[in-house]
Order: sequence, then C-alpha cells, then structure tokens
Amino acid sequence: MARAVTTNRKILNTAIAWGVGLVIFFPILWTILTSFKTEAQAISDPPVFLFFDWTLENYAVVQERSDYMRFLWNSVILAGVSTVLGLIIAVPAAWSMAFVPSKRTKDILLWMLSTKMLPAVGVLYPIYLLFIQLGLLDSRLGLIIVLMLINLPIIVWMLYTYFKEIPGEILEASRMDGAGLKDEILYVLTPMAVPGIASTLLLNFILAWNEAFWTLNLTAAKAAPLTAFIASYSSPEGLFFAKLSAASTMAIAPILILGWFSQKQLVRGLTFGAVK
Amino acid sequence: MKLKNLILSATAISTLGLAASAETLTIATVNNGDMIRMQGYTDDFTAKTGHEVDWVTLEENVLRQRVTTDISTKGGAFDIMTIGMYETPIWGANGWLVPLDGLSAEYDVGDILPAMAGGLSYDGTLYAAPFYGESSMVMYRTDLMEKAGLEMPNAPTWDFIAEAARAMTDRDNEINGICLRGKAGWGEGGAFITVTANSFGARWFDEDWNAQFDQPEWAAALNFFVGMMAESGPPGYATNGFNENLSLFQQGKCGMWIDATVAASFVTNPNDSTVADKVGFALAPDTGLGKRSNWLWAWALAIPAGTQKADAAKQFIEWATSKDYIELVAAKEGWANVPPGARTSLYENPEYQKVPFAQMTLDSINAADPMNPTVKPVPYVGVQFVAIPEFAGIATEVSQEFSAAYAGQQTVEEALAKAQALTNDAMEAAGYR
Repeated sequence: MARAVTTNRKILNTAIAWGVGLVIFFPILWTILTSFKTEAQAISDPPVFLFFDWTLENYAVVQERSDYMRFLWNSVILAGVSTVLGLIIAVPAAWSMAFVPSKRTKDILLWMLSTKMLPAVGVLYPIYLLFIQLGLLDSRLGLIIVLMLINLPIIVWMLYTYFKEIPGEILEASRMDGAGLKDEILYVLTPMAVPGIASTLLLNFILAWNEAFWTLNLTAAKAAPLTAFIASYSSPEGLFFAKLSAASTMAIAPILILGWFSQKQLVRGLTFGAVK
Repeated sequence: MKLKNLILSATAISTLGLAASAETLTIATVNNGDMIRMQGYTDDFTAKTGHEVDWVTLEENVLRQRVTTDISTKGGAFDIMTIGMYETPIWGANGWLVPLDGLSAEYDVGDILPAMAGGLSYDGTLYAAPFYGESSMVMYRTDLMEKAGLEMPNAPTWDFIAEAARAMTDRDNEINGICLRGKAGWGEGGAFITVTANSFGARWFDEDWNAQFDQPEWAAALNFFVGMMAESGPPGYATNGFNENLSLFQQGKCGMWIDATVAASFVTNPNDSTVADKVGFALAPDTGLGKRSNWLWAWALAIPAGTQKADAAKQFIEWATSKDYIELVAAKEGWANVPPGARTSLYENPEYQKVPFAQMTLDSINAADPMNPTVKPVPYVGVQFVAIPEFAGIATEVSQEFSAAYAGQQTVEEALAKAQALTNDAMEAAGYR
C-alpha cells in the first residue's frame, strides 16, 4: 500500500526541490544576466541583480569578433557523430555483457571504467604525437574518434544497466520464434530499451558538447568547437566578464534548449535502470 | 582602349601572382586588448600581401599549454605563436623557433627598445618580435593622496608607500590604502613578490644555483609585504590577482595599486573606471639599494620551427610589429590605444608623448634589467622569473606557500623554509646542483 503523504510534507518537498533546483541553476542564471550588463555593471559592488540598463552590446561584440556559426557547427558534428558512433559500438557490447555474461564480464566492466580514472593530461603527449603522425590534428575526424572513445565506457555501462533490467525470457522467446541475433537486438531489445538508449544518447551528447580538454588541445582554427569559442573570451589581464558571459550564454543555449525539450526522456531514462 | 587592356592585364597578372603565393596563416594569440585590436586590422595585412589569417584566441594559461605541446612535438598546428619573455630564450636555445634575421631595412629592427630586444633574444639572435611591452608601476588616487596630506614622489621608496597606504586607508568607507597581488601562480603573486624581493636585495639563486630563501633579504621582503597588507590591504588579498585588483581600483576601493603598466589605460578609461580622472603614476618603489621593484614583460610574435609557411609568417610579423601598424592604429583609434612598450620611435613621437602614462611606462621599462635583476649577481636571466624550463613549476609551488602565509595559514618563516626545501629538491632533481 502506498504511503499517505500529508499536504505539509508535499509543500516541504516541493520547496526543497525548488530550492535545490535554484541553487544549481543560479550560476547559469547569473551568467545570462551578466551577459546583458555593461562591463562596469558586471563587476559592480554590491552586485546588481535585475535592475540595470539591459544591453545587447556584448552579443554584438561577440558576433562581430567570432564566427559563432562555425564553432556551433563543429560542436554539433563532433557531439552528434561521436555519440551515434559510440552507440553503434556500445549496444552490441552491452547486449553481450548483459545477456551472455562470461566469468570475466564484471572485470571487463570495471577495467573499462578504470580508463576514465586516468587524468587526461597523462596521455596528452602520446595522443598528440599519434595525431601528428596520422595527420589528424585540427580535424573533426580525429576529435570524433577521441570523444567517442573517452565516452564509450560510460555508454556501455549505462546500456548494460538498462539491459540488465529486461527479462532474458523475452529474448529467449524471440529466439524460439526464429529471430536471429540482429533481429533480436534491433527489433526486440532496442524498442524495449528506448528510454534507456535515449537518455544515454542525450547524456553523452551533453558530455561530448562540454568536453573541453581534448577539444582545446587537439584543435586550432578549423575543427574548434564552442569550448574554444568560450576560451577565447577569458582573459587574466582585463575585465571582460560581460563579454565572456555573452559568449558562454551563446555556447550553452543550444544544449540548454535541447535539455529542456528532452527532460522527460532524460528523467525517465535515468530512473529506468538500477536505481528504479 | 589599349591602355585599358594593358591596365586590366597588369591587374590580372598581379592578382594571379598574389594568389599563387597566398597562404593562410594560423596564429595563436591571447585575449588581451591590443591583440584583439590587431585581429580587427587583419584585412590591411591581407590587402598588402594576399595572405589570409585564421586566429586562434585562447586564455593565457590555456594558450601556454597549447603552444608548448605543439612546439615541443613539432606539431605544426600554428604558423605564428604569441609567446612571452619567459619562453622565448628557452625555446630559442632548443632550436624550436625560426630566428628572426633578415628582416627588411624599413622594418628597422634597431628601433626595438633594447630591453625588449635583449629579453627576446638568445645568444644575440632575435627569436620573437615584441608586439607590446610592459613593466609595472605605481598607480595612485591623486585625491586620496592629497587628502592624506602627502605628495607622491616620482620614484618612491617602499617606506613611503607603506606610510601613504596607512594614511589613505579608511576601513569605514571600504578604502584600502594599497592593493597588491597575493594570488598563487608564478605569473600572478609569484611575479609580484619576486620583483619586490629584488628591490630588497633578495635573489632566487646564488651563482651555484642554491636556493636563497633562507637569506635575510627574503625574510625582510616577505615580512614587510605581509605587514603592510595586513595593515592597509584589502581583506582576502591572498586570492587577489590582476583582475581582482583592477576591479577594486576601478570602483574607488584602492588608494594605490602597483601592477602592469598596461593597466593604466583601463583605470583612466571613464567608461569602466569611476576614478578615471583621479589617477597619478609613479615608478615602482625601491629600498635605496639600486634596484626598483618593477618587472619586464613582452607579448611577442614568434615562428615555430615546425611551420611550412615561414616566409609568409615573417611577413605578418613585420606588418604587426611595424611602425606603420602603430600609425594605422593611431589614425583609427587615437595614440592612447597603440601597442606600447615595443619601439623607441613611439616614445620620440610628440603626439604619443601627450599620453599621460607614456613617459612613466618607458621609464619603468628602462628601469628593469633582465641580466642584473637584483643587487647581488645571479646565474640566470629574467626580472620576475628565472629563464629556465623548471621555473614555472617551482615558482608556482613557492607562490602557493607564500599565499598560504598571506592567508594566515602559516607563518612567513614556515613558508620560506618550505620554499627553500622544495626549490633545492627540484633543482637537484633537474641536475643544476
């Protein structure tokens, strides 16, 4: 029997949820507000919150100085293609680990995750030298491969968790009905795991979009995504916080909108797995 | 008709010629005001040479890591790099940079300020051309100084600065007598305390590369700094760097600020600064030992040895650091906005002499000597740094210890003892001792 929840408790829970949400969202809100201030207002003490002369000048300056669309297009290609490629590799991998486990499956999963524990800078030089040899420096192809590989452990882990929730008997039934391996994965497993796959896809798209170490270190002018766009507005000698905020707002706007429209799938997917 | 055809043919031939040798240069640079301004004038360079430019603008520390990775692996991602006085002699010695010899006569390489040319050379060869140069100086509030009944000398001593800071401090009205860098980092608080120590006669190393933090000069410098800041500095100064102090000064919360000469144009800009018309300038202070506490720095353009476009890159450097470029900026945006501190002829120009901070900038640059940065002899080159590859790592750790002392987490003596031990360990590991 479901536990009765009192009205007071509901109000308290709602207030706490809103409070936590606001604390998490506040830095983003502050960045957006600062982008509409002058540089002097951006550093004023005490800080101004809403009552200031709103200006679009920072956006005009950023637009004039940088080719925003080029950075945006690179971000879309890098995040999109690396995520889709990752899924193509991870779905069969997660299937085999979830439904045909071996003695070493757990060890392999842990080993895969352990690759994420190495600080990225530790392998910067080997990867940089490989990129020089293969002619991949400042190319989208090179970055797509790197982003796909660094996110692959997370994709496999997430999908493995979702697949484990699906009863193996359903797959057995499909096999008895004559489904081959491809049909079993494509037409039986995938539709049942759609919420999990969708949230994996979204989360990895966000991770690839925000990835700053490799995208800054392996690009120059051609393949640089929005992370490099933001980095070009940070300055240790000069107060350009309003312009930096405008650039940051322009960089996070697409992913924020995507997250807003897909939040239902994200939440459903994230609560679909082991934490259900 | 014939003449028209001739002109059209000549134009076509010259355009083809230009296009045939046209290159696209990739240039890595920092997000500083003068660099951003240069990007705006790229069309002028393209019109003159036919070469296009792709800019990669990065934050200073990101840029440093990015270009170091590329040049040390001969990656060839960039055709020109914006580097400083610290990197240039080290990279020049390693053979990582293309020597800037054979520059045209009209470029007039002899016009580069001697202090800048010296700091950007290795073994007498210039490896980077200064785009703009800077030193450090005192910026002070003329109104608060007058209110305190004091007059700032052109060349103050540290004792005068401490006395003035005490007199100008007004805690009730949130006015701090003096704002200085305390933030950890070799280029932040580390640079400031090094030049302060120079003026107290301290040095990083003796002639045999032994650390000198156990010497009385370092204790005197650090104790003076901590005492003055406790009395007259802003709360939490241990985490303040250039930007934090600029913000405080622009809002009228500092009586004095000793920092980069490039800040002069920010604090006197009425659009950003509430005290723009009340700022005076003076040389960085000393203690009467013959060395002032000012640094020397240049942002310069260099060509990495891995590039395939060295000729076009040299053309760009000649354009960007030329007298013509300075005149181009002056014509469009006024003399106060030209890149300072690189050429002697700029300071001989009567128009530029009218800029309020021009002479003080030149005097500050000339007062710094990278070959003899402090009172005693040293085995290294550099004023606010030691031009060896290991310095950045060592100085970052040392400045972290000092910042902990500023924040009251340890005593000055403890910080100096730790600095002494970690520096000697690192130098021994690197084979200097």
